[in-house]
Amino acid sequence: MTPLRQGLRDGLPFAIALVPFGLLFGAASAAAGLSVLQATSFSVAVIAGASQFTALALMKDGAPALIVLATALAVNLRMAMYSAALAPHLGTAPLWQRALAAYGLVDATFACADAAFRRHAAWSVPDRMAYLGGVAIPVCLPWFALTILGALVGAGLPAALPLDMAVPLCFIAMVAPGLRTLPQAVAALTSVAGALLLAFMPYGTGLLVAALLAILAGAETERRWGRPA
Amino acid sequence: MSGAPFWLVVLGLGLGTFLIRFSFLGGLGARRLPPWALRHLRYTGPAVLPGLVAPLALWPAATGGQTDPWRLGAALLAVAAGLWTRSVLWSLGAGAAALALGALLG
Repeated sequence: MTPLRQGLRDGLPFAIALVPFGLLFGAASAAAGLSVLQATSFSVAVIAGASQFTALALMKDGAPALIVLATALAVNLRMAMYSAALAPHLGTAPLWQRALAAYGLVDATFACADAAFRRHAAWSVPDRMAYLGGVAIPVCLPWFALTILGALVGAGLPAALPLDMAVPLCFIAMVAPGLRTLPQAVAALTSVAGALLLAFMPYGTGLLVAALLAILAGAETERRWGRPA
Repeated sequence: MSGAPFWLVVLGLGLGTFLIRFSFLGGLGARRLPPWALRHLRYTGPAVLPGLVAPLALWPAATGGQTDPWRLGAALLAVAAGLWTRSVLWSLGAGAAALALGALLG
């Protein structure tokens, strides 16, 4: 099997798992008053569900742009780690290919590529790029399509449905299944406690402080007692 | 939607996210991140998202900030299902089912 086909095959299960998230992001955007074009631009420009939901929730709350950007970008900081992990495998590819790879570097593409590059140590750099492209197609394109569908359908949903909970539930589903280690649990609990205690701070700045404390708490727990995630 | 201008947020978030993803692939090359940096980056997800959820689940704007047992219960159930099954879809499904039940029963 060619690396491209293998990538397509490995990415496909993620396309199915994305269905509820993409639809919900579209629906939540519509509920927040965004047009279909705005919701779609959001997904095409960012392709990072968690940070898109974060930005949406904070904008709905009336937070200023700087706070929205800082908090939503904090959610995406983990991708620097992905970039660093893949750089030794792809570093000699042409710049435009690396830029394209960076654009499509989401949790799912990283998870697949990281595993595949270890499995196939003999792959050339073009092979690896082809694989990454293969994974990105079934992961990224459905994200755009589902956003559009969700925005179209979501606007017509009855107001009695508690759609305000779509975002919190998506976040819980993204985080809870992956909480396996003590440092992760410490980070999550610090985040919850900090956000609730600092909720009086204006425009989501309490969340930003709570998140910083939680990152420090998780890292410190790992340094002292934990094993890495 | 008031506050932050939409297009500024989309462009800023899109560009910023791209630069994060492009950082090492683009210029920093095969340089390795120091262990202390990795140790902090690992916890960005569990550090931000739970804190975003907690106030939304406890004091929903839709009820004027009054705690709604169905919303809070759905959130807690989603956490429990996620921890127990390790499945994203079961977690989401459990929470959505509790919410739907709450919407039906009022």
